[in-house]
This record gives sequence, structure tokens and C-alpha cells, in this order.
Amino acid sequence: MTSVPSDFPLTGARRRLGDRIGDVGLRVVTFAAALSAVVLLGAIVWKVLALAWPALSKYGFGFLTSATWDPVKKHFGALSFIYGTAISSFLALLIATPLAIAIALWLSELAPRGARGIIGSLVEMLAAIPSVVLGLWGILVLGPYLSHHLEPWLHSNLGFIPIFGAPEATGTGMFTAALILTIMIVPIIASLCRELFLQVPGELEEGALALGATRWEMVRGVILPATRTGIAAAIILGLGRALGEAIAVTQVIGGGTKISSNIFGPSDTIASKIAASYQGAASGLESSSLLYLGAILLAIGLLTNFAAQVIVRWFDPLRGSH
Amino acid sequence: MSTVEPLFSLRPSGGLRRRRIVNKAMESLGTFAALIAVGVLGLVIVSVAVRAAPALSLDFFTKSPSLVGGPGGGISSALVGSALIVAIATAITLPVGVLIAIYLVEFAPPSVGAPIQLILDVLNGLPTIVTGIFVYGLLVIGHTQSAYAGAFALAIVMLPLVARAAQEVLLLVPSALREAGLALGVSRWRTVLGVILPTTLGGILTGAVLAMARAAGETAPLLFTCSIFAPAVSTDVTHALPNIPVLIFTYSEQPDQALHEQAWGAALVLMAFVLFASLSAKALLARSRRKLGR
Repeated sequence: MTSVPSDFPLTGARRRLGDRIGDVGLRVVTFAAALSAVVLLGAIVWKVLALAWPALSKYGFGFLTSATWDPVKKHFGALSFIYGTAISSFLALLIATPLAIAIALWLSELAPRGARGIIGSLVEMLAAIPSVVLGLWGILVLGPYLSHHLEPWLHSNLGFIPIFGAPEATGTGMFTAALILTIMIVPIIASLCRELFLQVPGELEEGALALGATRWEMVRGVILPATRTGIAAAIILGLGRALGEAIAVTQVIGGGTKISSNIFGPSDTIASKIAASYQGAASGLESSSLLYLGAILLAIGLLTNFAAQVIVRWFDPLRGSH
Repeated sequence: MSTVEPLFSLRPSGGLRRRRIVNKAMESLGTFAALIAVGVLGLVIVSVAVRAAPALSLDFFTKSPSLVGGPGGGISSALVGSALIVAIATAITLPVGVLIAIYLVEFAPPSVGAPIQLILDVLNGLPTIVTGIFVYGLLVIGHTQSAYAGAFALAIVMLPLVARAAQEVLLLVPSALREAGLALGVSRWRTVLGVILPTTLGGILTGAVLAMARAAGETAPLLFTCSIFAPAVSTDVTHALPNIPVLIFTYSEQPDQALHEQAWGAALVLMAFVLFASLSAKALLARSRRKLGR
């Protein structure tokens, strides 16, 4: 940063030259900084692909459809991790979406004025809890509780549905991971949705109420239709977070390459497999296969985020930019 | 005066009663959902605090982890390491983030600004473990893990947050201030650096604190860049330094009661820092917003 003299010399051409240099200089420096963000994203894509290249060239897209991960026989495939990622994120979204939208509606429409700010910041505080702390809580508190109480109950009462299989004694598994992910993405979706709901023009809401609609009918008939696309973008952003979360999931999911319909069993997601094996890769091919998993994660991250931002920018009538 | 019979009954009909019940039910569901979120937050905070209590002592803050992983020992080296790593990350990312924000607010034509904004938003949502892999490939392969590699990874995570925060305060500066500078014959760059930036300094620093709070708890970027370290206190940033998030992560994976207790203690310290920093930053941000007149 340049220090600025308090009085400006107003004489002569030297000032104009200095200012011309200063104006151009500041513009160039700030533009270079902005460009560095673009270069950074490009470098990330290039570097991750380069690191994954040995496995990428050996397996091609067959990597995505093979379910074996065998460091001894040196055969690697990502299918069981893709499955684990998809199911855990799907379960998390299934629970988180209605919960988050309900919270956002309560905060924007129902909450008494005094409670609005406080509860709103409490929900945002939930998002600020570091994922490693949430994972620690998940593995030592939530997991044991689930495996001793909730999971046996679900298994004995709803066990005829194959997803409610026999619980693990340790409490680690897909279901615990999905619940931890839920805790992580509810505040994200809720605060994005609350912003959206607050932007719905008051005349529309009042119009609906004046026509005799109940508050719920106003929400269903005015607020939700007006913010549809924004809600979709918020859900995709939450999904992107859930798909890419490594640490907390690694701590609670148990680890395993078996594709099973039982959601109480141990599993692994793409991100958790990478995080769990960060020190343990025995062969060059194994570590490059792990980095291939990283490349898949990068592709998923780019896809979900671009999709969400594009939806927000071009399809939402209420919002100019995110 | 004769009363006029209304054309239709004003008492709730069956349909209206049903609609009111549905409305009440939905309202209670909303309240219930908000209570769940607050309840989970309370549950996590209380159970971390309760389990961390036995670990907290003066030794816990002043000693390094005991080598064999037995009882005793503390987290001082990880506290030092984390502070260093986050400080370096902030030093890297703050100037770049502020410059990006200045470009986007003061100079960029929309056709250039919009794609850069998009890139920043995408960077913000990228899985942080991918950032770790990138820095691993860039700085660790062929060298060793180091604190500055970890700091660089955290700087990438913080960059979009800092840029966004700086942008938001810059946008709040009244255009009258800008015009006043230019009308006095002050050149553009002096107006930006001498008038606009000082006005927004408080807000920008608060945004930086928020980003630091986020970075202090990030584990995934450090796994590949700064996770294999000697437990002793060190300030040598060319080597991997112990740090709080990786310590919690590795301890939580061990089946050892004593390590779990240490992990709870570290988790409480980390959570207290993160929540305190983000709460006070938000309060300050609200104040500086009011000061700028909105």
C-alpha cells in the first residue's frame, strides 16, 4: 500500500505524469490480482489431472465402473466410492432440504422480531463449527448413540426394508455420515433460502393475505413459486458441500469397499477414501488412483458450483447476482 | 337501524377450519425445525465442553504431546503451529483478496468482472481436499511437507472469502466520497488508496478475521501438505508443524481414551476460537455497515 501525502502538489506536469503512472499502475496491479484467481483455478485443474494421469491413462473411464479396490493385486476402481458418495449425500439432502426450508421460512416469515436475529445467528454458528470437531462428536457421541438406540429400533421395526439392515456395533457407517452431513448443510441451505425469501416483494405477500389466504397458503402460492430457482441453486450448493466433505465423513463412515443396501454398514465416499489413505498408499499406482479420485471430486465440485452459479445468475427473476 | 344480514356466513366453514388447521400445523413444523437446529448446536457445544473439561489444565496449554501417546502432555506445539500457519495464510491472501476486490468494484467492466466473480464463487465451493491435493502436487512432491505449503493451501481456501468480504464493504462506500475526491482534482488511484480504502479498512479486516476463523478449522487442505510432523514446539516453517485440526483428526482415529480426551480439549479450544472470532467479527461488521450509512 502506498502512503499518501496529505497535501497534493498542484504544480507542473510532474504530478500529471505521476498520476498517470499511478492510475495505470493500480489498474494493472489489481487486474493482475483478479487474473491470478482465474489462473489459480486453471492451475488446480491442470495439476490435479497431471497427478492423476498415470491412473487416468491406465484405466480410462473404466475406473468409474469398477468396484474393486485391491492394493495387493494392484487393481483399482472407484465405483464403490461413487456409490458411497451418492447415497450419503442423497440421504443428507433428503433430511436437510425440508428442514432447511422450514427453518428459512420460520426465520423470514414467522419468527418474532426479537428472536429473528438471535436464532438466525445461531443457525449460522452451526455452519461455523469446524468439520473435524463435528466428526469427533460424530464418532464418539452420535455414532455410539445411534448404534445402541436408534439403529436397533429401526432394524427391528422396519427391518423388512433392506436399507435398514443390521447395525454396526461401533456406530460408524453410512447413516452416521449422512446425519453429520445433514448437520453441515442445513445451515448453508437455510441461510441462502432465508435471503431469498426476504427478497420476495412484500406487496405480493400482502396481496395473497388480503385475498384471504392463510399464511401457509401464501407461502405455498407466492413465496415458494417465486424463489423456486434460487432454492434449487441453494440445494445444489449444499449438495456440492456434502459431496466434497472429506474430514468429518472419514471420521464417521467406517471405511470399506462393499456396495451394500444396508445404510447402517461401513462405507467410504470419494473424499473420505482420499483423506483416509493420505499416508498409506503403498504403490505409485495406488497413490495415482487416489489422485484420480481427487480428479473426480474436482469434476464434481466444478460441475455443482458452476451449475448453482449459472442458475442463480441467469434464471432467477428475483436475484441479480449471488 | 336494522341489521343487515350478510350474504354469506362469517363463521369459519368446514373448509376454512381445515385450512386453518393445516396452516397451524405448518407453522408448528417451521418452529420445530428451527428448534431442532438450535438444539443440535447446543448439543454439540455442550457435549464438547463436558468431555473437554477433564483435559483442560495449565499443562494442556503449555506442554507438547507426550511422545508415546500416553496420558499427560498438551497441545502447545499445535497451538503455535496453527497460529503460524493461519498467520502466513492471511499474509498471503489478504493483499491479493483486497486487490481483487478493488479491481472488481472500482475498475472492472461488467463483461470482465462477471466471469471473475463466477470463478471466485466456484473456487469458494471447491472441495477443500482438492485444494490440498493441488498444493501437494505443486509444493510437496519432490520436497517435503511444510508449514508454508499448508499455509498456501489455506490461503487458497481463504481467498474467495476475503475478496467477497472486501468487495461488500467497498460497495458500501457512498459514491459521494468517490466523486468528492475526483472533483477536488485528486487522481483515481489516490482516491482509491487514500480515501476509499481507509474508510473500508475496518470492514476488510473484519472479513479477514471471518476467513481466518474458517481457515483455523480446515483440516483437509493440511492433510497432504502439513500432517507429518514432530510433536515438539517449533517455528521452522520449512518443515511441517503440528496443528490443531490435524491433531484432532489423528487422535479421533486412535482407539485410545487418553488421546480422545486430548482431542476433546483441542476441539473445545478450536471451537471456542472459531465461534468467538466469527461472532465478534459479525458484530463489528454490522457496526461498520451502520457507520457507512446503510
